[in-house]
Amino acid sequence: MKQTTVPAIAAEKLGLTFATNDGPVAALSDVDLTISPGEFVSFIGPSGCGKTTLLRVIADLERPTAGTIAVNGMSPEAARRKRAYGYVFQAPALFPWRTVARNVALPLEIESMGRAEIAARVKRTLDMVELGGFEQKFPWQLSGGMQQRVSIARALAFDAQLLLMDEPFGALDEIVRDRLNAQLLDLWRQTQMTIAFVTHSIPEAVYLSTKIIVMSPRPGRVTDVIESTLPLERPLDIRETPEFLKIAHRVREGLRAGHSYEV
Amino acid sequence: MQGLRDGKTLPVLIVLLALVVIWYLGAVWLNTPWQLDTYQRKSVSDWTATQFVTDTLNQNRPVLPAPHQVAAEMWKTIVETAPNSKRSLLYHAWITLSSTLLGFVMGTGLGIGLAVAILNNKAIDRSLMPWIIASQTIPILAIAPMIIVVLNAVGLSGLIPKALISTYLSFFPVVVGMVKGLRSPEAMQLDLMHTYNASTAQTFFKLRWPSALPYLFASMKVAVAIALVGAIVGELPTGAVAGLGARLLSGSYYGQTVQIWSALFTASAVAAGLVLLVGLAERLTLRRMGART
Repeated sequence: MKQTTVPAIAAEKLGLTFATNDGPVAALSDVDLTISPGEFVSFIGPSGCGKTTLLRVIADLERPTAGTIAVNGMSPEAARRKRAYGYVFQAPALFPWRTVARNVALPLEIESMGRAEIAARVKRTLDMVELGGFEQKFPWQLSGGMQQRVSIARALAFDAQLLLMDEPFGALDEIVRDRLNAQLLDLWRQTQMTIAFVTHSIPEAVYLSTKIIVMSPRPGRVTDVIESTLPLERPLDIRETPEFLKIAHRVREGLRAGHSYEV
Repeated sequence: MQGLRDGKTLPVLIVLLALVVIWYLGAVWLNTPWQLDTYQRKSVSDWTATQFVTDTLNQNRPVLPAPHQVAAEMWKTIVETAPNSKRSLLYHAWITLSSTLLGFVMGTGLGIGLAVAILNNKAIDRSLMPWIIASQTIPILAIAPMIIVVLNAVGLSGLIPKALISTYLSFFPVVVGMVKGLRSPEAMQLDLMHTYNASTAQTFFKLRWPSALPYLFASMKVAVAIALVGAIVGELPTGAVAGLGARLLSGSYYGQTVQIWSALFTASAVAAGLVLLVGLAERLTLRRMGART
């Protein structure tokens, strides 16, 4: 018998229909998906394709109306109660009245962790995102990129094996975004965690991922799943190699196909 | 001189000076008929303009007292009179201030309590909010005597009934502000707490309460000022025993306009002081919470 590992995320025939004033809207329909532990998976697609909704279903922030989904072999609600994942939002969503250190400590305080343990973890995670020394600053004293790194540290602080990221760098300029992408890859290699990453940038998706899931709107569905052939070690200039461009091309084709109505 | 022109001092001084000038002009104008009457009765006919103006500004019971008359009266009743004498404005101000503070504290507590109840229960929100709004449409002058009379009948008199009128007025801005403040966290921040599996109490104390504090202080500034109004109104139907309201009432009984204006100025000084104190508490708290400068 083959050794089987529990997938980090497994969805089957997953669907979610919102009831609105203009009638039902299918945000997700017939989504089949398996993500193994340790993968870096990007969800890409135009706005309205349900990629954020899918991430929110995984996080138990939305309830699916059809199909099944398991996170670490559990229901999303059970996984949330076990704090199985960290979630990074589009905006840093830091609490402005808390210092950097106390923002990172927030999930640990909610877990009622001891003081010494909290201090140790805050220091460790802030070092991971290269923000050591900024503990006592307030959020408004940091740049947008630094704020988002604090929110990543906060999601890492409680050692979840799954990191859900919803366009975390969408509001940042390209130079900062490049640096944070490279940092995120380092972080992923260090921690060997599973990352599910929502983006609408093709280069970002191709640069980061081991697997790219292309989605299309009306109804939100998966149109292509691309396994990346790029090596795990990825300097920034890998983005000019033919290999990279080939994958980017396939993503673009997938996005274009999603927009035609013959699919 | 340079500093005076660049800073905010000069404009403030000019406005103040203009107000005083307008006040003096108004005093002369409003007190003229009585002064002419007086001259006629006493058959004084050789009055000069200077004498006329001086006389209009120094009547015993002027329609509008001049600023220096009010200042002299306040000096006499605040500085030159012992604070425990019934003739001291400080004594009366303290009577009013004590019931203002008690009413303000109770009103703020009641307001916060109601806001928390409204936040956590849709039924309370729907059923209570119309009553809360209706309570403020009733003129306080109409309901204050009834509160005093009813409470007197059950044996409560003095400080408590007046404080309750202050409570009645001051809880309202606190409810409205705190409901808004407790609902002010962004959806993202609430989602974040949800992903941490935070309890309702944790979400309240770690997110909603700190988010609501700026709203609370803004509401408390309004509340403390109207709590003072409530205390003064509460003193009117008590038969003018003590307090700034009593001074206003007895002043109007006996036509002592100078006394009325002194009491009014004392009341506004107390109100300004209270609002300033709330503002100070606000600055200290928000600075500790990392607000800019």
